[in-house]
Amino acid sequence: MTAETVVEVRELTKTYGEVAAVDQVSLSVRRGEVYGFLGPNGAGKTTTLRMLLGLIRPTSGDLMVLGRQPGDAGVLARIGSMIEGPAFYPFLSGRANLQVMARYAGSGSSKIDETLETVDLASRGDDKFSTYSLGMKQRLGVAAALLKDPDLVVLDEPTNGLDPAGMRDMRALIRRLGDSGRTVILSSHMLGEVQQICDRVGVINAGRMVVESTVDELRGDSELVVRATPADVVRSTLDQLAYVQSIRSLDDEVRLRVDERHTGEVTRALVLAGVDVREVRRIDRQLEDVFFEITAKESSHA
Amino acid sequence: MPDVLNVTRAELFKLVRRPAAWTLLAAAALLSQVFGYLIPYLSFAGDGSGPIEGASKDAILASTLPDQIVASTLGGFPVFAGALALVFGALVLGSEYGWGTVKTVLTQRPGRTAVLAGQAVALAMSVAVGVLVLFVLGAASSTAIALSQGESTAFPSVLDLLGGYGAGVAIMLMWAGLGGALGVVLRGVALPIGLGVVWVLGVENLIAGVASSVLTALRPLRDVMPGINAGSLASAVMPTRPPGLESPPGINSDVADGRALITVACYVVVCLAVALWTYRRRDVA
Repeated sequence: MTAETVVEVRELTKTYGEVAAVDQVSLSVRRGEVYGFLGPNGAGKTTTLRMLLGLIRPTSGDLMVLGRQPGDAGVLARIGSMIEGPAFYPFLSGRANLQVMARYAGSGSSKIDETLETVDLASRGDDKFSTYSLGMKQRLGVAAALLKDPDLVVLDEPTNGLDPAGMRDMRALIRRLGDSGRTVILSSHMLGEVQQICDRVGVINAGRMVVESTVDELRGDSELVVRATPADVVRSTLDQLAYVQSIRSLDDEVRLRVDERHTGEVTRALVLAGVDVREVRRIDRQLEDVFFEITAKESSHA
Repeated sequence: MPDVLNVTRAELFKLVRRPAAWTLLAAAALLSQVFGYLIPYLSFAGDGSGPIEGASKDAILASTLPDQIVASTLGGFPVFAGALALVFGALVLGSEYGWGTVKTVLTQRPGRTAVLAGQAVALAMSVAVGVLVLFVLGAASSTAIALSQGESTAFPSVLDLLGGYGAGVAIMLMWAGLGGALGVVLRGVALPIGLGVVWVLGVENLIAGVASSVLTALRPLRDVMPGINAGSLASAVMPTRPPGLESPPGINSDVADGRALITVACYVVVCLAVALWTYRRRDVA
């Protein structure tokens, strides 16, 4: 573990009876990065995050957070978190809930107004938590996580229940946290979200870590989309081009992995073969595509 | 230690803003006043066909005067105050599970031992204040009755008052502790309250009744029951009752004074230990 590693997880396992909710997961999060923890619902994301915070005891494996064991008071004081939805006292206002949390943490109440402002709840801060919409509750959860001015922020599905504008604001907020030098761990089942705000991603499926890499690495090269007819001629023509790395046919289009400098040659070859070319454009491969590719590979190996 | 203090501050901040806490205190105060003062006073002032039979009017009046404050206040503990304290303990510790706030609290800073210790301190402080409120209200009512009837307004000695107050707090701590421990073990509010109240108001009276009449072999069991010991402890600190008045229901001298106090204290310690042991080792899912 280096000074720059904030979270180091080695072969972490949590079993409930025969079922392994988390199965030999290893991951590392570096200081100052926004780390996306990506996987479908029930993949083991929340269980892993709970273990990072000392809420759940691992069955086996090693876990270091900020250089210490999880759940240690000195470590918890430096982590702001929201796990599996915001949980607060319904009979207290948003502001009073933050005051309670500040007392638990012994962190003083000076930052409460600023934090409410940050999550855009200042005008509703004195209303009872029970009257909040899901989005407002979610934002209060983030406010509580920020109250300690933490080094590490752990947010479990922070955009759950938010409307599109709320999601956009939340992503911008998380990005700002990362830019301000904090380390952020964010879990999500939404690939677009992770792609937009994370530096590195760990993909988990059915309790097992599938891949851990940068978003760029995972996304790989861009693809060339070709829409042309007739399909059989298109396919046979492209198959003959040595510089085309891969071809896959999707509905009425073909996607190629081919270096950008060959785009003109691909088009020329198709036209010379007598094909009607309706569209040729470059797209970034979406994380979604990568994810399904990886998880499908995983399950076929299983 | 600073962590425990921080938790206590947070818990007290919550409790004074929690409507349920005030409702319970109001219920305890109302019942205490009604059964300790209002009903006896009405029996005294009425035509003699009041609810308290076999006692002279003078004795009934005497039972409401300041020098009987310990008896008037503790008299209600076996019947309703104990049950209310149990509900209070279950609410303070069990509600956190219903709201899912256990995880929120446990990720702030203090470790589990500090959190539970802080909560226990806050619970104990609230109980001490609650019992004090009952005594103060009793003092006000008894003084008012004494003044209106031209009777003595003399209170018991400070030592007797402290003894009565201390015994009251010990009894309420035991019930609140049982409620709190059940709240932690059962991770909720409804089941602890249901089970606890059935026990306090039903099962224990049944066992006590059977043990004193048809099946005396049950006495050793009876003598370790929380309610029996609470009743014996209360009776130990009560002044001599005016002639002709029976002890309030549940007040007994089945267990020797010293043993009753030790048993009640043991219940407090055991509740704390069980709650702590459970709280420390269970996953928060």
